[in-house]
Amino acid sequence: MNWTAIKSIYVFEMTRFFRTFLQSLISPVLSTSLYFVVFGAAIGSRINEVEGVSYAAFIVPGLIMLSVMTQGISNGSFGIYFPKFIGTIYELLSAPVNFLEIVLGYVGAAATKAMFIGTIILITAFFFVDITILHPAAMVLFLVLTCVSFSLFGFIIGIWAKNFEQLQLVPLLIVTPLVFLGGSFYSISMLPPVWQAISMFNPVVYLISGFRWAFFGIADVPIGVSLLAIAGFTGLCLLVIGWIFRTGWRIRE
Amino acid sequence: MSTILEIRDLKKSYDGGFEALKGVNLSIEEGEIIALLGPNGAGKTTLISAICGIITPTSGSVTVGGHDIRTDFRTTRTMIGLVPQEVSLEPFERVISTVRFSRGLFGKRGNDALIESILKRLSLWDKRNAQIKELSGGMKRRVLIAKALAHEPRVLFLDEPTAGVDVELRKDMWDIVADLKADGVTIILTTHYIEEAEAIADRIGVIAKGEILLVEDKHALMQRMGKKELEVQLNAPLDALPDSLKSDAVRLGPDGSSLIYTYDTRAERTGITKLLSDVAAEGLVLRDVVTRQSSLEDIFVTLVKEDAA
Ligand SMILES: Nc1ncnc2c1ncn2[C@@H]1O[C@H](COP(=O)(O)OP(=O)(O)OP(=O)(O)O)[C@@H](O)[C@H]1O
Ligand SMILES: [Mg+2]
Repeated sequence: MNWTAIKSIYVFEMTRFFRTFLQSLISPVLSTSLYFVVFGAAIGSRINEVEGVSYAAFIVPGLIMLSVMTQGISNGSFGIYFPKFIGTIYELLSAPVNFLEIVLGYVGAAATKAMFIGTIILITAFFFVDITILHPAAMVLFLVLTCVSFSLFGFIIGIWAKNFEQLQLVPLLIVTPLVFLGGSFYSISMLPPVWQAISMFNPVVYLISGFRWAFFGIADVPIGVSLLAIAGFTGLCLLVIGWIFRTGWRIRE
Repeated sequence: MSTILEIRDLKKSYDGGFEALKGVNLSIEEGEIIALLGPNGAGKTTLISAICGIITPTSGSVTVGGHDIRTDFRTTRTMIGLVPQEVSLEPFERVISTVRFSRGLFGKRGNDALIESILKRLSLWDKRNAQIKELSGGMKRRVLIAKALAHEPRVLFLDEPTAGVDVELRKDMWDIVADLKADGVTIILTTHYIEEAEAIADRIGVIAKGEILLVEDKHALMQRMGKKELEVQLNAPLDALPDSLKSDAVRLGPDGSSLIYTYDTRAERTGITKLLSDVAAEGLVLRDVVTRQSSLEDIFVTLVKEDAA
């Protein structure tokens, strides 16, 4: 393993992140605050409690997941797409690094950024609502796994994309709807039975449910199933990346 | 001297079936400077990309310092530095951090003294904290060189390093190349400027349509240039050179329909009289006699044209 190279990629990417630190933070913090105002205060005054948790607190895990997933995907995809786009990828390809090391550097940095933003949003949330975290270790585990798997997924999109439109396409057309319909702002049990059944096909439901369980001990699906879902998604991304690694698809073709 | 780079029967077909390299064979000696000349689309960049790991060759083998570029890519790529033809750099990075990054990417520990000396040598030290987008085109090209040198490669590929570079900077670049050679670095460069190849290369290779047409010592080539050629066109083509005419200076032209005699115009005796009497003694009938002065440019153009025919 060329650890020096992994570290170089990681540090390089993180420097880019910190160079635009304020921009990176202002937008998620602002949008989260808006969600709290709109959903927490406006709607929350009518719903007031979901399964024994105040509505404003209930949406916190979903909001964090929402940001972490979109951040993971955009950081993961942009990190590798950018060198492809401006041509600096020649250096990665001619360096004594294998694909695994490239993935570790880029995905590691993308996941760290997503973690960072997730944490900031959690801190922001503390200003708006009282939250107690019942299972902190599980919370961290879910957060880390989600950051990593969605950054991996983003990395795949970044390799696949041939232009900026394609880069935006998957997040916009698939991920955003899935995340919004994944129970960020409601409990699946609040839906009519047909929609409850349909929701079970949405993988994001399992992640948000598991993450919310870590906070409040309440879940739409059993926690074991949630864990299986996130592990399965991570495994799937790793398989695809392994395949890209062997074939050089869209990189060395 | 030992061989540092050995290319055997290297082929590359791009998607769609276009064969950009048609079986290239080339040996490069440690410490030499070889210039690859060839028209646009000849396959120079493709050849370099295949050696450096940017594209996967279709078949054939390449070894660097005896190590195979596929099975032992870590060793070979650590030995190689690449300055690409296209200037691609991250616009918002600072000069020094992008050079440091290159060193780390190649697995070497930070060495600020070395990076300082590289930047100074390339006259970039004053600009070390500038963002890439603030640099001129020639400076960007030098940043690419600094990045390629940051991990102390033993073999350096320069893909058209002086394209779009002014005369003074080009001379600078030549000096840098000479310095590197003095340090024992092997240099493979491509260029469209024949005088550049003349000025800095030890050997010159000509490539066209994916094939190496000629690789020759520059001095041997220059000697051919300093000389004049006399072409004796014959009425009937020959299969082989008659024994009485055999000498280093005489060769058979294309199709055997002419004899080409190379001579030094400055010599006391050009040997033309003897040649012509030998030709007459062989009973060969002359159709025409032409003389010409060959330059590297002529050799290049002729080779490429012959290949196209
Ligand atoms: N990615 C690619 N896909 C398909 N064909 C390609 C690709 N890259 C290069 N080629 C073709 O391969 C041939 C050789 O290209 P290459 O870039 O190696 O030429 P070159 O000798 O470097 O030319 P130049 O002097 O213009 O830089 C050209 O005909 C080019 O069109
Ligand atoms: Mg080229």
